[in-house]
Amino acid sequence: MSQRDPGKPTLTRRQALQCLATWSGAAVVWTVAGGVPRALGATRGDTSIATPQPGALTFVQISDTHIGFRKEANPDVVGSLRRAIADIHALPDAPAFVVHTGDVSHLSKPEEFGSARELLKEIRVDRVHTVPGEHDTIDDGATGYLKYFDHDGNGKSWYSFDQAGVHFVGLNNVLNFKLGTMASLGDEQLAWLKADLADVSRSTPVVVLAHIPLWTIWEPWGWGTADSAQAIALLRPFGSVTVLNGHIHQVLQKVEGNVALHTARSLAYPLPTPGQAGIGEPGPVTVSAGELGKLLGTRELRIVRGRTDVALVDTPLDR
Amino acid sequence: MKRISAVTAHPLRVVMVATLAAAILAAVPAIQAAAASAKVDVDIAKFLFAQKEITVAPGTTVVWTNRDETPHTVAAADKSFSSKGLDTNETFEHTFAKEGDFDYICTVHPFMTGVVHVHK
Repeated sequence: MSQRDPGKPTLTRRQALQCLATWSGAAVVWTVAGGVPRALGATRGDTSIATPQPGALTFVQISDTHIGFRKEANPDVVGSLRRAIADIHALPDAPAFVVHTGDVSHLSKPEEFGSARELLKEIRVDRVHTVPGEHDTIDDGATGYLKYFDHDGNGKSWYSFDQAGVHFVGLNNVLNFKLGTMASLGDEQLAWLKADLADVSRSTPVVVLAHIPLWTIWEPWGWGTADSAQAIALLRPFGSVTVLNGHIHQVLQKVEGNVALHTARSLAYPLPTPGQAGIGEPGPVTVSAGELGKLLGTRELRIVRGRTDVALVDTPLDR
Repeated sequence: MKRISAVTAHPLRVVMVATLAAAILAAVPAIQAAAASAKVDVDIAKFLFAQKEITVAPGTTVVWTNRDETPHTVAAADKSFSSKGLDTNETFEHTFAKEGDFDYICTVHPFMTGVVHVHK
Protein backbone atom coordinates (compact mmCIF):
# COMPACT_ATOMS: atom_id res chain seq x y z
CA MET A 1 0.00 0.00 0.00
CA SER A 2 2.84 2.40 0.63
CA GLN A 3 3.37 2.93 -3.08
CA ARG A 4 -0.21 4.12 -3.33
CA ASP A 5 0.33 6.84 -0.74
CA PRO A 6 3.25 8.94 -1.85
CA GLY A 7 4.11 11.84 0.40
CA LYS A 8 3.75 12.10 4.12
CA PRO A 9 0.33 13.04 5.37
CA THR A 10 0.31 15.73 8.00
CA LEU A 11 -3.30 15.23 8.92
CA THR A 12 -4.82 11.80 9.40
CA ARG A 13 -8.29 11.01 8.23
CA ARG A 14 -9.38 10.54 11.85
CA GLN A 15 -7.99 13.92 12.88
CA ALA A 16 -9.65 15.51 9.94
CA LEU A 17 -12.96 13.95 10.86
CA GLN A 18 -12.57 15.39 14.33
CA CYS A 19 -12.06 18.79 12.75
CA LEU A 20 -15.21 18.26 10.76
CA ALA A 21 -17.14 17.56 13.93
CA THR A 22 -15.96 20.79 15.51
CA TRP A 23 -16.95 22.80 12.46
CA SER A 24 -20.54 21.82 12.60
CA GLY A 25 -22.56 23.96 10.31
CA ALA A 26 -19.64 25.22 8.30
CA ALA A 27 -19.34 24.15 4.71
CA VAL A 28 -16.33 21.90 4.47
CA VAL A 29 -14.74 20.71 1.32
CA TRP A 30 -12.10 18.02 1.19
CA THR A 31 -9.47 17.56 -1.39
CA VAL A 32 -7.01 14.75 -1.69
CA ALA A 33 -3.36 15.61 -1.22
CA GLY A 34 -0.78 12.95 -0.56
CA GLY A 35 -3.45 10.30 -0.32
CA VAL A 36 -5.24 11.83 2.63
CA PRO A 37 -8.39 13.88 2.42
CA ARG A 38 -7.73 17.40 3.70
CA ALA A 39 -10.31 19.80 4.87
CA LEU A 40 -10.71 22.84 2.70
CA GLY A 41 -12.46 25.40 4.76
CA ALA A 42 -15.25 27.51 3.52
CA THR A 43 -14.80 29.95 6.33
CA ARG A 44 -14.87 33.40 4.85
CA GLY A 45 -11.58 35.22 5.06
CA ASP A 46 -9.44 32.21 5.90
CA THR A 47 -7.43 32.19 2.71
CA SER A 48 -4.99 29.57 4.00
CA ILE A 49 -7.61 26.88 3.53
CA ALA A 50 -9.86 28.45 0.95
CA THR A 51 -7.91 27.25 -2.05
CA PRO A 52 -7.02 23.68 -2.96
CA GLN A 53 -3.61 22.37 -1.93
CA PRO A 54 -1.09 22.00 -4.72
CA GLY A 55 -1.49 18.48 -6.06
CA ALA A 56 -5.08 18.19 -4.92
CA LEU A 57 -7.10 16.01 -7.21
CA THR A 58 -9.75 17.54 -9.39
CA PHE A 59 -11.31 15.60 -12.22
CA VAL A 60 -14.35 15.81 -14.49
CA GLN A 61 -17.09 13.30 -15.27
CA ILE A 62 -18.93 13.34 -18.57
CA SER A 63 -21.38 10.69 -19.72
CA ASP A 64 -23.70 9.36 -22.39
CA THR A 65 -22.37 11.26 -25.40
CA HIS A 66 -24.20 8.86 -27.79
CA ILE A 67 -22.01 9.82 -30.74
CA GLY A 68 -23.97 8.76 -33.84
CA PHE A 69 -27.37 9.86 -32.48
CA ARG A 70 -28.91 12.44 -34.80
CA LYS A 71 -32.63 12.46 -34.08
CA GLU A 72 -34.99 15.20 -33.02
CA ALA A 73 -34.13 15.06 -29.31
CA ASN A 74 -30.64 16.33 -30.25
CA PRO A 75 -29.62 16.60 -33.91
CA ASP A 76 -26.09 17.75 -32.92
CA VAL A 77 -24.57 15.59 -30.18
CA VAL A 78 -21.07 16.46 -31.45
CA GLY A 79 -21.85 20.13 -30.87
CA SER A 80 -23.05 19.35 -27.34
CA LEU A 81 -19.84 17.45 -26.58
CA ARG A 82 -17.74 20.33 -27.94
CA ARG A 83 -19.61 22.78 -25.70
CA ALA A 84 -18.84 20.53 -22.74
CA ILE A 85 -15.18 20.45 -23.75
CA ALA A 86 -15.13 24.26 -23.81
CA ASP A 87 -16.65 24.28 -20.30
CA ILE A 88 -13.96 21.86 -19.09
CA HIS A 89 -11.23 24.08 -20.54
CA ALA A 90 -12.74 27.08 -18.77
CA LEU A 91 -12.58 25.52 -15.29
CA PRO A 92 -10.43 27.56 -12.87
CA ASP A 93 -8.72 24.37 -11.63
CA ALA A 94 -7.55 22.30 -14.57
CA PRO A 95 -8.75 18.73 -14.03
CA ALA A 96 -6.18 15.93 -13.86
CA PHE A 97 -8.25 13.78 -16.21
CA VAL A 98 -11.76 13.12 -17.45
CA VAL A 99 -13.90 10.05 -16.86
CA HIS A 100 -16.66 9.08 -19.29
CA THR A 101 -19.27 6.79 -17.75
CA GLY A 102 -20.49 5.05 -20.85
CA ASP A 103 -22.65 5.18 -23.97
CA VAL A 104 -19.77 6.79 -25.79
CA SER A 105 -21.48 5.71 -29.02
CA HIS A 106 -25.12 5.28 -29.97
CA LEU A 107 -25.00 2.10 -32.07
CA SER A 108 -21.56 0.57 -31.32
CA LYS A 109 -20.45 1.32 -34.89
CA PRO A 110 -16.69 1.50 -35.52
CA GLU A 111 -17.05 4.95 -37.11
CA GLU A 112 -18.88 6.17 -33.99
CA PHE A 113 -16.14 4.85 -31.70
CA GLY A 114 -13.49 6.38 -33.95
CA SER A 115 -15.23 9.75 -34.06
CA ALA A 116 -15.76 9.70 -30.28
CA ARG A 117 -12.11 8.89 -29.64
CA GLU A 118 -10.97 11.81 -31.79
CA LEU A 119 -13.43 14.18 -30.10
CA LEU A 120 -12.32 13.10 -26.62
CA LYS A 121 -8.73 13.80 -27.66
CA GLU A 122 -9.74 17.45 -28.04
CA ILE A 123 -10.02 17.67 -24.24
CA ARG A 124 -6.78 19.15 -22.92
CA VAL A 125 -6.15 16.56 -20.20
CA ASP A 126 -3.68 13.69 -19.91
CA ARG A 127 -6.25 10.96 -20.24
CA VAL A 128 -9.92 10.16 -20.64
CA HIS A 129 -11.00 6.99 -18.85
CA THR A 130 -14.14 5.36 -20.21
CA VAL A 131 -16.39 2.47 -19.22
CA PRO A 132 -18.78 0.87 -21.71
CA GLY A 133 -22.52 1.52 -21.83
CA GLU A 134 -25.08 -0.84 -23.33
CA HIS A 135 -25.03 1.27 -26.51
CA ASP A 136 -21.30 0.44 -26.81
CA THR A 137 -21.79 -3.33 -26.65
CA ILE A 138 -24.70 -3.94 -29.01
CA ASP A 139 -23.41 -6.37 -31.61
CA ASP A 140 -20.40 -8.17 -30.19
CA GLY A 141 -20.23 -7.51 -26.49
CA ALA A 142 -17.28 -5.29 -25.57
CA THR A 143 -15.09 -6.45 -28.50
CA GLY A 144 -15.75 -3.50 -30.82
CA TYR A 145 -15.56 -1.00 -27.97
CA LEU A 146 -12.21 -2.38 -26.78
CA LYS A 147 -10.65 -1.79 -30.20
CA TYR A 148 -10.89 1.91 -29.36
CA PHE A 149 -10.99 2.06 -25.56
CA ASP A 150 -8.78 -0.67 -24.12
CA HIS A 151 -7.19 1.52 -21.44
CA ASP A 152 -4.59 -0.83 -20.03
CA GLY A 153 -4.23 -3.20 -22.96
CA ASN A 154 -5.56 -6.18 -20.99
CA GLY A 155 -8.45 -6.76 -23.35
CA LYS A 156 -10.92 -6.30 -20.50
CA SER A 157 -13.54 -3.61 -20.11
CA TRP A 158 -12.80 -3.29 -16.38
CA TYR A 159 -9.63 -1.88 -14.82
CA SER A 160 -8.24 0.07 -11.90
CA PHE A 161 -5.63 2.78 -11.39
CA ASP A 162 -4.36 5.01 -8.63
CA GLN A 163 -3.92 8.73 -8.74
CA ALA A 164 -3.08 11.20 -5.97
CA GLY A 165 -3.84 8.60 -3.33
CA VAL A 166 -7.26 7.75 -4.72
CA HIS A 167 -8.05 4.28 -6.02
CA PHE A 168 -10.16 4.35 -9.19
CA VAL A 169 -12.05 1.32 -10.49
CA GLY A 170 -13.79 1.14 -13.88
CA LEU A 171 -16.44 -1.57 -14.29
CA ASN A 172 -18.60 -3.05 -17.06
CA ASN A 173 -22.16 -3.64 -15.81
CA VAL A 174 -23.99 -3.68 -19.14
CA LEU A 175 -23.59 -7.35 -20.13
CA ASN A 176 -24.05 -10.62 -18.20
CA PHE A 177 -27.83 -10.71 -18.22
CA LYS A 178 -30.32 -13.51 -18.17
CA LEU A 179 -33.69 -13.53 -19.93
CA GLY A 180 -35.77 -10.68 -18.59
CA THR A 181 -33.30 -9.51 -15.95
CA MET A 182 -31.23 -6.40 -15.47
CA ALA A 183 -27.60 -6.56 -16.61
CA SER A 184 -24.96 -7.49 -14.05
CA LEU A 185 -21.24 -7.42 -13.33
CA GLY A 186 -20.95 -11.21 -13.37
CA ASP A 187 -18.88 -13.60 -11.30
CA GLU A 188 -15.61 -13.08 -13.17
CA GLN A 189 -15.67 -9.34 -12.67
CA LEU A 190 -16.79 -9.56 -9.03
CA ALA A 191 -13.88 -11.94 -8.34
CA TRP A 192 -11.54 -9.47 -10.03
CA LEU A 193 -12.96 -6.58 -7.98
CA LYS A 194 -12.51 -8.50 -4.74
CA ALA A 195 -8.86 -9.26 -5.59
CA ASP A 196 -8.25 -5.68 -6.74
CA LEU A 197 -9.63 -4.14 -3.54
CA ALA A 198 -7.69 -6.58 -1.35
CA ASP A 199 -4.56 -4.53 -2.03
CA VAL A 200 -6.13 -1.20 -1.09
CA SER A 201 -6.02 0.19 2.45
CA ARG A 202 -9.38 0.93 4.02
CA SER A 203 -8.47 4.59 4.42
CA THR A 204 -7.85 5.05 0.70
CA PRO A 205 -10.69 6.91 -1.00
CA VAL A 206 -12.22 4.71 -3.69
CA VAL A 207 -13.98 6.02 -6.80
CA VAL A 208 -15.95 3.52 -8.87
CA LEU A 209 -17.02 4.16 -12.48
CA ALA A 210 -19.85 2.13 -14.00
CA HIS A 211 -22.43 2.97 -16.64
CA ILE A 212 -25.69 1.67 -15.18
CA PRO A 213 -26.45 2.77 -11.61
CA LEU A 214 -25.08 0.39 -9.00
CA TRP A 215 -28.34 0.64 -7.13
CA THR A 216 -31.82 -0.16 -8.36
CA ILE A 217 -33.55 3.04 -9.38
CA TRP A 218 -36.34 1.67 -11.60
CA GLU A 219 -36.24 -2.01 -12.40
CA PRO A 220 -38.95 -2.03 -15.13
CA TRP A 221 -36.63 0.16 -17.21
CA GLY A 222 -33.49 -1.78 -16.35
CA TRP A 223 -32.20 1.12 -14.24
CA GLY A 224 -30.16 -1.01 -11.91
CA THR A 225 -27.53 -3.73 -11.74
CA ALA A 226 -28.72 -7.22 -10.87
CA ASP A 227 -25.72 -8.07 -8.65
CA SER A 228 -24.88 -4.57 -7.38
CA ALA A 229 -25.39 -5.68 -3.75
CA GLN A 230 -22.35 -7.95 -4.07
CA ALA A 231 -20.21 -5.10 -5.38
CA ILE A 232 -21.39 -2.68 -2.69
CA ALA A 233 -20.62 -5.31 -0.03
CA LEU A 234 -17.02 -5.35 -1.26
CA LEU A 235 -16.86 -1.53 -1.12
CA ARG A 236 -18.62 -0.96 2.21
CA PRO A 237 -15.54 -1.50 4.43
CA PHE A 238 -13.78 1.49 2.87
CA GLY A 239 -14.01 4.86 4.58
CA SER A 240 -14.83 6.85 1.46
CA VAL A 241 -16.47 5.34 -1.59
CA THR A 242 -17.86 7.36 -4.47
CA VAL A 243 -19.74 5.58 -7.25
CA LEU A 244 -20.16 7.51 -10.50
CA ASN A 245 -22.79 6.28 -12.94
CA GLY A 246 -24.47 7.45 -16.15
CA HIS A 247 -27.24 5.74 -18.12
CA ILE A 248 -30.29 7.60 -16.81
CA HIS A 249 -29.30 11.04 -18.22
CA GLN A 250 -30.13 12.95 -15.03
CA VAL A 251 -28.61 13.72 -11.66
CA LEU A 252 -29.67 11.46 -8.81
CA GLN A 253 -27.82 10.40 -5.71
CA LYS A 254 -28.00 7.97 -2.88
CA VAL A 255 -25.83 7.87 0.22
CA GLU A 256 -25.53 4.63 2.15
CA GLY A 257 -23.06 4.82 5.01
CA ASN A 258 -19.67 5.59 3.50
CA VAL A 259 -20.85 4.80 -0.01
CA ALA A 260 -22.22 7.69 -2.07
CA LEU A 261 -23.69 6.91 -5.47
CA HIS A 262 -24.26 9.58 -8.10
CA THR A 263 -25.70 9.51 -11.61
CA ALA A 264 -24.72 12.19 -14.12
CA ARG A 265 -26.32 14.20 -16.86
CA SER A 266 -25.92 13.12 -20.46
CA LEU A 267 -24.38 15.14 -23.28
CA ALA A 268 -26.92 13.85 -25.79
CA TYR A 269 -30.58 14.02 -24.72
CA PRO A 270 -32.76 13.92 -21.61
CA LEU A 271 -34.62 10.86 -20.39
CA PRO A 272 -37.79 10.80 -18.29
CA THR A 273 -37.62 10.72 -14.52
CA PRO A 274 -37.76 7.17 -13.13
CA GLY A 275 -41.13 5.66 -13.99
CA GLN A 276 -42.43 9.09 -14.99
CA ALA A 277 -46.21 9.10 -15.23
CA GLY A 278 -47.52 9.23 -18.77
CA ILE A 279 -44.25 8.00 -20.25
CA GLY A 280 -44.06 4.25 -20.48
CA GLU A 281 -40.47 3.86 -21.60
CA PRO A 282 -36.97 5.32 -21.11
CA GLY A 283 -36.65 6.82 -24.60
CA PRO A 284 -35.23 10.21 -25.65
CA VAL A 285 -37.34 13.16 -24.56
CA THR A 286 -37.60 16.01 -27.04
CA VAL A 287 -37.70 19.43 -25.40
CA SER A 288 -37.71 22.90 -26.93
CA ALA A 289 -34.39 24.09 -28.33
CA GLY A 290 -33.89 26.56 -25.49
CA GLU A 291 -34.39 23.88 -22.85
CA LEU A 292 -32.03 21.17 -24.08
CA GLY A 293 -28.82 22.80 -22.88
CA LYS A 294 -30.23 23.10 -19.37
CA LEU A 295 -30.68 19.35 -19.20
CA LEU A 296 -27.22 18.36 -20.52
CA GLY A 297 -24.00 19.01 -18.68
CA THR A 298 -20.75 18.09 -17.01
CA ARG A 299 -19.64 17.35 -13.45
CA GLU A 300 -16.51 18.55 -11.70
CA LEU A 301 -15.31 16.54 -8.73
CA ARG A 302 -12.95 17.06 -5.86
CA ILE A 303 -12.64 14.44 -3.20
CA VAL A 304 -14.47 15.90 -0.25
CA ARG A 305 -16.02 15.00 3.03
CA GLY A 306 -19.30 16.30 4.26
CA ARG A 307 -22.76 15.12 3.60
CA THR A 308 -21.47 13.30 0.59
CA ASP A 309 -17.93 12.11 0.23
CA VAL A 310 -17.01 14.09 -2.83
CA ALA A 311 -17.45 17.72 -3.77
CA LEU A 312 -19.50 17.55 -6.91
CA VAL A 313 -20.45 20.49 -9.02
CA ASP A 314 -22.96 19.64 -11.75
CA THR A 315 -22.95 22.30 -14.41
CA PRO A 316 -25.50 22.33 -17.25
CA LEU A 317 -24.40 23.52 -20.69
CA ASP A 318 -26.94 26.39 -20.48
CA ARG A 319 -27.27 28.11 -17.13
CA MET B 1 -27.23 -35.02 -72.88
CA LYS B 2 -28.54 -38.46 -72.24
CA ARG B 3 -31.97 -37.15 -71.24
CA ILE B 4 -32.30 -34.95 -74.32
CA SER B 5 -31.50 -37.87 -76.62
CA ALA B 6 -34.13 -39.99 -74.84
CA VAL B 7 -36.74 -37.30 -75.31
CA THR B 8 -35.86 -36.97 -78.95
CA ALA B 9 -36.24 -40.71 -79.39
CA HIS B 10 -39.74 -40.86 -77.91
CA PRO B 11 -42.06 -38.02 -79.01
CA LEU B 12 -44.93 -39.34 -76.88
CA ARG B 13 -42.83 -38.94 -73.77
CA VAL B 14 -42.21 -35.31 -74.73
CA VAL B 15 -45.96 -34.66 -74.60
CA MET B 16 -46.28 -36.40 -71.23
CA VAL B 17 -43.38 -34.45 -69.76
CA ALA B 18 -44.80 -31.19 -71.08
CA THR B 19 -48.20 -31.92 -69.54
CA LEU B 20 -46.63 -32.75 -66.22
CA ALA B 21 -44.54 -29.58 -66.36
CA ALA B 22 -47.63 -27.49 -67.08
CA ALA B 23 -49.39 -29.01 -64.07
CA ILE B 24 -46.41 -28.20 -61.83
CA LEU B 25 -46.18 -24.64 -63.15
CA ALA B 26 -49.88 -24.15 -62.49
CA ALA B 27 -49.40 -25.25 -58.89
CA VAL B 28 -46.38 -23.03 -58.23
CA PRO B 29 -48.22 -19.67 -57.88
CA ALA B 30 -50.42 -21.21 -55.20
CA ILE B 31 -47.33 -22.34 -53.26
CA GLN B 32 -45.75 -18.91 -53.63
CA ALA B 33 -48.93 -17.24 -52.40
CA ALA B 34 -48.93 -19.45 -49.33
CA ALA B 35 -45.28 -18.63 -48.62
CA ALA B 36 -45.88 -14.90 -49.07
CA SER B 37 -48.75 -14.92 -46.62
CA ALA B 38 -46.66 -16.74 -43.97
CA LYS B 39 -45.10 -13.52 -42.74
CA VAL B 40 -45.87 -12.06 -39.38
CA ASP B 41 -44.89 -8.60 -38.22
CA VAL B 42 -43.76 -7.71 -34.72
CA ASP B 43 -43.27 -4.06 -33.86
CA ILE B 44 -40.68 -2.98 -31.33
CA ALA B 45 -42.11 0.16 -29.79
CA LYS B 46 -41.86 1.97 -26.46
CA PHE B 47 -39.27 -0.56 -25.23
CA LEU B 48 -41.69 -3.46 -25.74
CA PHE B 49 -42.19 -6.21 -28.29
CA ALA B 50 -45.70 -5.07 -29.19
CA GLN B 51 -46.83 -8.60 -30.06
CA LYS B 52 -45.09 -10.11 -27.07
CA GLU B 53 -46.36 -13.67 -27.62
CA ILE B 54 -47.24 -15.03 -31.06
CA THR B 55 -48.04 -18.48 -32.44
CA VAL B 56 -47.09 -19.31 -36.05
CA ALA B 57 -46.87 -22.35 -38.33
CA PRO B 58 -43.48 -23.83 -39.25
CA GLY B 59 -42.00 -22.03 -42.24
CA THR B 60 -43.36 -18.67 -41.12
CA THR B 61 -41.09 -15.65 -41.34
CA VAL B 62 -41.34 -13.18 -38.47
CA VAL B 63 -40.32 -9.61 -39.27
CA TRP B 64 -39.40 -7.31 -36.40
CA THR B 65 -39.34 -3.54 -36.98
CA ASN B 66 -37.84 -1.10 -34.50
CA ARG B 67 -40.18 1.90 -34.14
CA ASP B 68 -38.17 3.49 -31.29
CA GLU B 69 -35.46 6.14 -31.48
CA THR B 70 -33.40 3.86 -29.28
CA PRO B 71 -31.62 0.85 -30.81
CA HIS B 72 -32.88 -2.62 -29.98
CA THR B 73 -31.94 -6.16 -30.90
CA VAL B 74 -33.81 -9.45 -31.26
CA ALA B 75 -31.87 -12.38 -29.80
CA ALA B 76 -33.08 -15.90 -29.06
CA ALA B 77 -32.40 -17.30 -25.61
CA ASP B 78 -31.19 -20.52 -27.28
CA LYS B 79 -28.97 -18.47 -29.68
CA SER B 80 -30.82 -19.86 -32.73
CA PHE B 81 -31.20 -16.32 -34.11
CA SER B 82 -29.76 -12.92 -33.30
CA SER B 83 -30.04 -9.55 -34.99
CA LYS B 84 -27.54 -6.75 -35.19
CA GLY B 85 -28.46 -3.50 -33.49
CA LEU B 86 -31.58 -2.15 -35.18
CA ASP B 87 -31.80 1.59 -35.56
CA THR B 88 -35.13 3.34 -36.09
CA ASN B 89 -37.28 1.60 -38.75
CA GLU B 90 -34.68 -1.09 -39.40
CA THR B 91 -35.97 -4.63 -39.62
CA PHE B 92 -34.79 -8.12 -38.83
CA GLU B 93 -36.44 -11.29 -40.05
CA HIS B 94 -36.12 -14.92 -39.16
CA THR B 95 -37.87 -17.93 -40.66
CA PHE B 96 -38.93 -20.54 -38.14
CA ALA B 97 -38.46 -23.93 -39.81
CA LYS B 98 -38.98 -26.14 -36.79
CA GLU B 99 -41.64 -26.41 -34.13
CA GLY B 100 -40.87 -25.16 -30.67
CA ASP B 101 -41.12 -22.25 -28.25
CA PHE B 102 -38.54 -19.54 -28.89
CA ASP B 103 -37.97 -17.04 -26.11
CA TYR B 104 -36.09 -13.94 -27.13
CA ILE B 105 -34.89 -10.64 -25.67
CA CYS B 106 -33.39 -7.32 -26.68
CA THR B 107 -29.75 -7.63 -25.64
CA VAL B 108 -29.51 -3.85 -25.21
CA HIS B 109 -32.47 -3.93 -22.81
CA PRO B 110 -32.68 -7.51 -21.49
CA PHE B 111 -35.87 -6.70 -19.57
CA MET B 112 -37.63 -6.66 -22.96
CA THR B 113 -38.83 -10.20 -23.67
CA GLY B 114 -40.98 -11.97 -26.26
CA VAL B 115 -41.77 -15.49 -27.38
CA VAL B 116 -42.58 -17.15 -30.70
CA HIS B 117 -44.52 -20.42 -30.46
CA VAL B 118 -44.09 -22.48 -33.63
CA HIS B 119 -46.74 -25.21 -34.07
CA LYS B 120 -48.38 -27.00 -37.01
